[in-house]
Amino acid sequence: MALSSSLNRYLLLMAQEHLEFRLPEIKSLLSLFGGQFTSSQETYGKSPFWILSIPSEDIARNLMKRTVCAKSIFELWGHGKSPEELYSSLKNYPVEKMVPFLHSDSTYKIKIHTFNKTLTQEEKVKRIDALEFLPFEGKVNLKKPQHIFSVLEDYGLDPNCIPENPHNIYFGRWIADGQRELIESYSVKKRHFIGNTSMDAGLSFIMANHGKVKENDIVFDPFVGTGGLLIASAHFGAYVYGTDIDYNTVHGLGKASRKNQKWRGPDENIRANLRQYGLEKYYLDVLVSDASKPSWRKGTYFDAIITDPPYGIRESTRRTGSQKEIQKGMEKCPESHVPVSLSYHLSDMFFDLLNFAAETLVLGGRLVYWLPVYTPEYTEEMVPWHPCLKLISNCEQKLSSHTSRRLITMEKVKKFEVPHNCWTSVPSSSVASSLYKASCQSHPRQTSSPSSQFVFSLSQVLFTSGTIIQCESHIFLLVIFAF
Amino acid sequence: MKLLTHNLLSSHVRGVGPRGFPLRLQATEVRINPVEFNPDFVARMIPKVEWAALLEAADTLHLVEVPKGPIEGYEHDEKFLRQMHHVLLEVRTGPSLASLATAG
Repeated sequence: MALSSSLNRYLLLMAQEHLEFRLPEIKSLLSLFGGQFTSSQETYGKSPFWILSIPSEDIARNLMKRTVCAKSIFELWGHGKSPEELYSSLKNYPVEKMVPFLHSDSTYKIKIHTFNKTLTQEEKVKRIDALEFLPFEGKVNLKKPQHIFSVLEDYGLDPNCIPENPHNIYFGRWIADGQRELIESYSVKKRHFIGNTSMDAGLSFIMANHGKVKENDIVFDPFVGTGGLLIASAHFGAYVYGTDIDYNTVHGLGKASRKNQKWRGPDENIRANLRQYGLEKYYLDVLVSDASKPSWRKGTYFDAIITDPPYGIRESTRRTGSQKEIQKGMEKCPESHVPVSLSYHLSDMFFDLLNFAAETLVLGGRLVYWLPVYTPEYTEEMVPWHPCLKLISNCEQKLSSHTSRRLITMEKVKKFEVPHNCWTSVPSSSVASSLYKASCQSHPRQTSSPSSQFVFSLSQVLFTSGTIIQCESHIFLLVIFAF
Repeated sequence: MKLLTHNLLSSHVRGVGPRGFPLRLQATEVRINPVEFNPDFVARMIPKVEWAALLEAADTLHLVEVPKGPIEGYEHDEKFLRQMHHVLLEVRTGPSLASLATAG
């Protein structure tokens, strides 16, 4: 019997939030479970209805155990642009695939979902009755049916323009719901220990999914802050490491980020956060360290590096210096025990991060990080790159009228070699490659590299809305920025 | 920090081994923190362990029952895995010594 394209097709009902992040999340998860994203649908843009082919129901179920972007998944039995098209599509669905779920010993119920329109109970009943031609032999059970079938009617996305008839109608067997309830249960509002830049729970799970985190992985966050990203990875069974340059954050001292608290109490630390969710066993260590001079041994042992580096906005970017460098008159913070000093060009930080990832990730491991962007001047060439890392996705989240941040996901595809051998394989056309070459050849921290234009552009827009302290040839971004 | 962490770290501090590894420990304060045993995770860590550094650390901290190296078929040897679990994940050194930045 020839395989027709109507076999193994599923309908994903997506949540209408973080639109650009959804497709990379689904693709990453499918590849994590041995599937591949295949679909004949042309574009996913804003639509919540995605039809895709998945090799097996097991893979579909595994996908739903991880995704926070998809609400539900259905085994698609038929669809069309009108009720008639739907019914004829259903008549073409192989009966032998329906029968296991319709036989006389089973119980079922049919639900009608409409999107962007409300139907009366009467209208819903009419639609259920119209499906009588299907070979249902089981008994209806509205409380606890074995099988749930759904009709989904798509009335578009514009609440001000609701059509008389739906654009699309789908019919399928409900299989599973996604993990959107994690967004509420891990909400930052309820977390013991937060910082000014703690990541929204939904985004932290999306990041862990982009990172293809799996059980027994080791996940590292070099700018761990209050550990929000580690929590998401630990929830998916990974063991977690973090480092941060801020002694106070790591040891739970200093000023509180919550309105009514005096300071971060002794139990306000990352371990406490993990314990709050029953994830303490996944805590490996969190250390005070300088991400630009990592102290990890040579080798590959991280399965994923997932991080939200400081942008210079709200949390300053800093780097430790040697005693010599400090004498240039930089700030020395008495409580932090570590000479906090030099301004740290954002572009340098990303190159350090990419090099570190290329060196310490296992082959196939992923780096997931946020890149701040001055939107009017952004081009794709500004995304840092590295010969050992392949760009998987680049998703924008708007922060204000002129700034946004992009979630960059990269995968290690090549073994790391010493930089001098590496950069010769870099093509010369992109801005980013010249930055990379500069970082290999000389110490770029003394000069302002011409291609760090996005850093300077960012500083331009910030200059009008905040304060910038300029020190010698560096620009130290310390801005009070209200989001 | 846990001994697994110590094993994965090197240091830029001068005078700490030829290639900045390993970081020397002091037996000032050793604590044991029970951690739920996960044989799959421990088995995954065994190939990443630098045994010389681990044994030196175990010696400095006066630990007993530390395997000298991976044994044949360690993935299924629960006794071996439990011993490694204890050494790598349950032994903690020092109160808060994690500051690893250059000191001069």
